[in-house]
Amino acid sequence: MPRRFLVAYFREEESLLTAVRAVRAMGLKVYDVFAPYPIHQLSAAMGIRKSRLPLATLFGALTGLLVAIGFQFYANVLDWPLNVGGKPDNSTLAFIPITFELTILFGGLITVAALLLRTRLFPGKQENLLAEGVTDDVFALVLRRSDLRVVAGAPWPTDVRKVLDACGADDICETESQ
Amino acid sequence: MITVWYPSRSQPAPETPRLPLPRWVEGHPSLREITDDVLRPMEGLPGRAWWICFALSAAALTMGLSMIGYLFYKGIGIWGENNSVGWAFDITNFVFWVGIGHAGTLISAILLLFQQQWRTSINRSAEAMTIFAVMCAGLFPAIHVGRPWLAFWLFPYPNQRGPLWVNFRSPLVWDVFAVSTYFTISLVFWYLGMIPDLATIRDRATNRVRKLIFRVLSLGWNGSHRTWSRYEIVSLLLAGLATPLVVSVHSVVSMDFATAVLPGWHSTIFPPYFVAGAIYSGFGMVMTLLIITRKTMNLERYITMRHLEAMSKVLLLTGSIVAYAYLTEFFSAWYGGNIYERYTFLSNRLAGPYAWCFGIMVLCNALTPQMFWFKQIRGSLAALFVASILVNIGMWFERFVIIVLSLHRAFLPSEWGMFIPTIYDVGILIGSFGLFFTCFLIFIRVLPMIAMWEVKGLVGEHSAHHRLLSNMRTLRADREEETREAACA
Repeated sequence: MPRRFLVAYFREEESLLTAVRAVRAMGLKVYDVFAPYPIHQLSAAMGIRKSRLPLATLFGALTGLLVAIGFQFYANVLDWPLNVGGKPDNSTLAFIPITFELTILFGGLITVAALLLRTRLFPGKQENLLAEGVTDDVFALVLRRSDLRVVAGAPWPTDVRKVLDACGADDICETESQ
Repeated sequence: MITVWYPSRSQPAPETPRLPLPRWVEGHPSLREITDDVLRPMEGLPGRAWWICFALSAAALTMGLSMIGYLFYKGIGIWGENNSVGWAFDITNFVFWVGIGHAGTLISAILLLFQQQWRTSINRSAEAMTIFAVMCAGLFPAIHVGRPWLAFWLFPYPNQRGPLWVNFRSPLVWDVFAVSTYFTISLVFWYLGMIPDLATIRDRATNRVRKLIFRVLSLGWNGSHRTWSRYEIVSLLLAGLATPLVVSVHSVVSMDFATAVLPGWHSTIFPPYFVAGAIYSGFGMVMTLLIITRKTMNLERYITMRHLEAMSKVLLLTGSIVAYAYLTEFFSAWYGGNIYERYTFLSNRLAGPYAWCFGIMVLCNALTPQMFWFKQIRGSLAALFVASILVNIGMWFERFVIIVLSLHRAFLPSEWGMFIPTIYDVGILIGSFGLFFTCFLIFIRVLPMIAMWEVKGLVGEHSAHHRLLSNMRTLRADREEETREAACA
């Protein structure tokens, strides 16, 4: 069954912000906002929770650290101890540069992988554009019809339309998407 | 940071925010105009200037590649290295190119953490420059190993020789890890930053093939703010990771020298000295590239004189650090009392057969940036361009001085010798410039060379701020009028 959306278009970021705050003040859920650039107060206005992606970085960095120090120890002490210039087999201090680099490498790659997984972005994905021109110069506030029904006593889209209009929406239209 | 306030009669008007946001874009382009301006070079046919530059760089690249082909066939004996000077142009070029890369990461990562808005319109091309410079750098260790088809032996991989692992205690192996990590992270950071712009191109494309290519590249980006908020966090995280990385890379490169016993290399100041030099040379290269690009691509509105001025201040700072490092080296050579060290610096560098190289290095790296104390020079395009070229020349010579001048007269006079570059040394160096400029010229044709979404964010925030101010002025005027009317009544 196609999902139905109400899309309000804006030309300026302040009117969009006002609209998001107004819609949330009505007790409605904002499905999403589409914008050509990240607007800084928007996350708070939409009530987006703090991202847990830094944990992925921590996990990646620790993995890199352990892999690097563990592998160098394994190779130099357990697998094939080799006397190079009389230095000890377990030259931990000399292992630090590589450990540092791999910590960064794993941390960075795992963070990006986590972002792509979480936001479901992958090469060749068919873009789902609910509003035209949002990658160029248009801001769009999108509400989902089923979200409006879920909230008990919520007004019907006619009231929402009025509010959006009052906030300075250029155009308001309904659209459907899979 | 501005707080948005909504005009309403019931609320009192807050104080007018005093600080206007700095403007790094000239004029008041609309968001649509920014897209048009940035994508114009990509959507039209290249001009004559581009073709001339491209032909020259492609010719240099071809020459370099054919010389590398001959090198593979004949061996590294075709270079000017000898028993005294075992490392010369190859390592000089490697250190030079890795250093060039550092400015890109500094602009994209460190200035992001410091919230410097002037990075916005130059970060994309600076990051591209990093990637191409590291590619050029990676070329030299690979071809100087003698049997380049076995260059993969540098990496620890399970092999049938034991497995015999690489020597993890050697700075040369640290280098393999540092440079490959640096390349990977820079590439990922650059690509990630480009995804929203690639989506813009996809949505504008009328040609089906173009749309398909950019659909694949843009990963289905649709401008959702839920994605944007995570994306920004990840940008900050990567910047936080890239910042220590960029400092570590040239530190590790400097340890290739600093851990050796050779006078002129064996010095504890090498890591910070190399990092400052790297940023200095990288900013020189960014400036050369941007001065040419803004002119030929008509992007003066986005890459303004103020950007160039800010970069010249970075050159002044890092150039002064480099000059200080030169002085420190000489002071320790004189004060340290080691005769070999004293000879290397006070006799050989100042008055040896390569003293002219040392002269070029001091002139270009220690004296040239001191011109930037004067505002007139910082504001002159011609002076900046000439200075940026001098910086590049000077920093190449610095690496040559460190490497060759220390090797050619080490401890025993019986092992002294001279290094004279052959045509292949020079040709492959020119070839690496060919590779660098060919890649850069292709980049400015096929990818957006200014981060559109970041510039839009800056301009959007700026105009929001202005509208807010004018709303408040209107409201205040209205209110004053009401008060007057009330008083009259």
